[in-house]
Amino acid sequence: MTEIPLQHILFLSTALFFIGVYGFFTRKNMITMLMSVELILNSVNINFIAFNKYLFADKLDGIFFTIFIIVIAAAEAAVAIAIIINLYRSHKSIDVDETNEMKY
Amino acid sequence: MDGKFISLIVLLPLFSFLILGLFGRKTFKTFSGIIGTTSIFASAMIAFITAYQYFFVVGQTNGVYQKIIAMKHVWLQFSPNVSIDMGIILDPISVMMIVVVTFISLMVHIYSLGYMKGEERFSVYYAFLSLFTFSMLGLVLACNIFQIYIFWELVGVSSFLLIGFYYDKPSAVAASKKAFIVTRFADLGFLIGILILSFNAETLDFETLISRLTDPNSEYLHRIVSASFLGASALTWGLVLVFMGGAGKSAMFPLHIWLPDAMEGPTPVSALIHAATMVVAGVYLVARLFPIYALSCPAALHVVAYVGIFSSMFAAIIACTQTDIKRVLAYSTMSQIGFMMFALGVSSYGGENGLGYMASMFHLFTHAMFKALLFLGAGAVIHYVHSNEMKDMGGLRKLMPITHLTFLIACLAIAGIPPFAGFFSKEEILAAAFASNPVIFYLAIATAGLTAFYMFRLYFSIFWNKAEFKSHSRHDSHDEHHGEGSSSMLIPLIILGICSIGVGFIPFGNFVSSDGVALHTEFHPTFSIAPVLIALAGILLAMTFYKKENEKPNRLAASFKGIYTSAYHKFYFDEIYLFITQKVIFNLIGRPAAWFDRNIVDGMINLIGEITQEISTLIRGIQSGRVQNYAIYFFCGIIGFAVLFIYFWK
Repeated sequence: MTEIPLQHILFLSTALFFIGVYGFFTRKNMITMLMSVELILNSVNINFIAFNKYLFADKLDGIFFTIFIIVIAAAEAAVAIAIIINLYRSHKSIDVDETNEMKY
Repeated sequence: MDGKFISLIVLLPLFSFLILGLFGRKTFKTFSGIIGTTSIFASAMIAFITAYQYFFVVGQTNGVYQKIIAMKHVWLQFSPNVSIDMGIILDPISVMMIVVVTFISLMVHIYSLGYMKGEERFSVYYAFLSLFTFSMLGLVLACNIFQIYIFWELVGVSSFLLIGFYYDKPSAVAASKKAFIVTRFADLGFLIGILILSFNAETLDFETLISRLTDPNSEYLHRIVSASFLGASALTWGLVLVFMGGAGKSAMFPLHIWLPDAMEGPTPVSALIHAATMVVAGVYLVARLFPIYALSCPAALHVVAYVGIFSSMFAAIIACTQTDIKRVLAYSTMSQIGFMMFALGVSSYGGENGLGYMASMFHLFTHAMFKALLFLGAGAVIHYVHSNEMKDMGGLRKLMPITHLTFLIACLAIAGIPPFAGFFSKEEILAAAFASNPVIFYLAIATAGLTAFYMFRLYFSIFWNKAEFKSHSRHDSHDEHHGEGSSSMLIPLIILGICSIGVGFIPFGNFVSSDGVALHTEFHPTFSIAPVLIALAGILLAMTFYKKENEKPNRLAASFKGIYTSAYHKFYFDEIYLFITQKVIFNLIGRPAAWFDRNIVDGMINLIGEITQEISTLIRGIQSGRVQNYAIYFFCGIIGFAVLFIYFWK
């Protein structure tokens, strides 16, 4: 069985990244936006793992970074959800277009 | 002599000012009068001890009074040679001045306990009095010409504060502003004078300055004399400009206009500041630099002499027509300071020729006593009558016997009747003038006659004139009993009355003279006959006009109508100044400058502001408040940087 070439994996992660970015820019629901952020983070994770495996197979740096990012993503999700809950309490909505008071 | 001990004279009033100024209103209230008086009492005692020590124990070396630097602290060093120092100089005139200032200030403090009683800003008043005493003492003890300038301004500020003490009265506010602006204008001249002198002598220290500018061999003197500007040497300019500062503070013509208005302040303040102490600061300044005036630049001294005699005569004429008793006293102060000034002006340095200098200082000393007494007496009268106008008074002698007696003593003293204090000092001034300049002498004798006339016009109008005093105010209950003030008001009157009789007998020349060597003045009875007769004639004239209410004064005024009205309006000097400042300076300089400021300077600033505003209106849409827009900007920024780093960053 032939190995999957690195380029395929990179293609996958790039696609995942831009899907996340697109979602973040276009969705109005804050929870969806949060999910998009998770997609972006995970695309980065895939990159790290892939480079670790293909280029520096005898090292663990990429894997450690991935674990860090997963932890940070979890923390970020907690904070973001807290923000969303507060936003819902004050605006009765989690639509980002409703929350444009902080302008000029 | 112990510098720390002597510095207490200056520092005690400062502490009292700080304590009363910071805590007086809330903590001490009526008690603050006691605090102020106690501190000035302690200060006066130390001043007396210092004076005794200086004059009788340590001051003399080989029969010459030395200048002693009791303390010197470098405050600001400009270059190795030039520094502003804070120090204490002891020489005959400064020691005499600390005695005068602390003594008069003590009297006024005690007097004010009664006079200002129940005043709402009682503690503020005492704080200001302490500030004034502190600055005046710092001024007279200054060992550095810049130190004297600093305290000079402080004195001006405290005078401003006290003139405007009744700040709810528009006239008092206007008077305080006028006093401040006029003296400030004069101080500009003083500052330029200081700069000219110190630039050329390369020092600010008095002793060095005097020795460098009087020694005929010194290179500094050659340089300053050879530098000339508009036909006069730099030295003459410097000294005349310094005298301008002194003339402003001492209300000499033409900078006298502030003094009569300064009478808007409380009467004890007029006694302390605008009669006895601050206004003689100009005389003191000239006396302090006297060696330079006398030895190096007689031309500047002539200016002093002629300004002095002219102011003296001018003020005496105006004083004859004024009806506000404090204004009469103000003009008489101006006239007497004119006496001191021209006495300095006719004097020369050293030995017998220094008679004028000594006479000037002597007159300063005696004048402080009787003028303070006159003002405090007038204060007592005003306190009782509730008016400053002569026509509201008259016949007060039975109601206020002590005030009447002390006022009479002061009037006799200022008129120069022997054996009262003013006689001795005035005789010496006249003798000095006679010896040097006959024109000044005859003008001075005429002025002395006028002095006697207007002082007794005042005296008779207040205490005689009407058979019985009728109060115009609503305080009718006053009429029933005694009209005298409280004992705190009477004690200073009595003490000053005794001084006004006694201080003339001090052999003043033994202590104060131009070069420190005792000057024995002889009493010439024959010389005194003419001035005393003229003074008596003035008194008799005043008596016929004002002892009983009659029509003579009005008829006299009518026959000299032109002179009378113009003197009554102070020779229209206020109007002339108003015309010059408002019509000429405001219209020709002020308004164009204001236009330039409003339209050009402000316009440029506004333009910058408007441009900023326009641009920010254009670009403010970027800050939309939408999270996703920001994310897009962020993302674009990242891409921009990526492009930059990948393709352009080599």
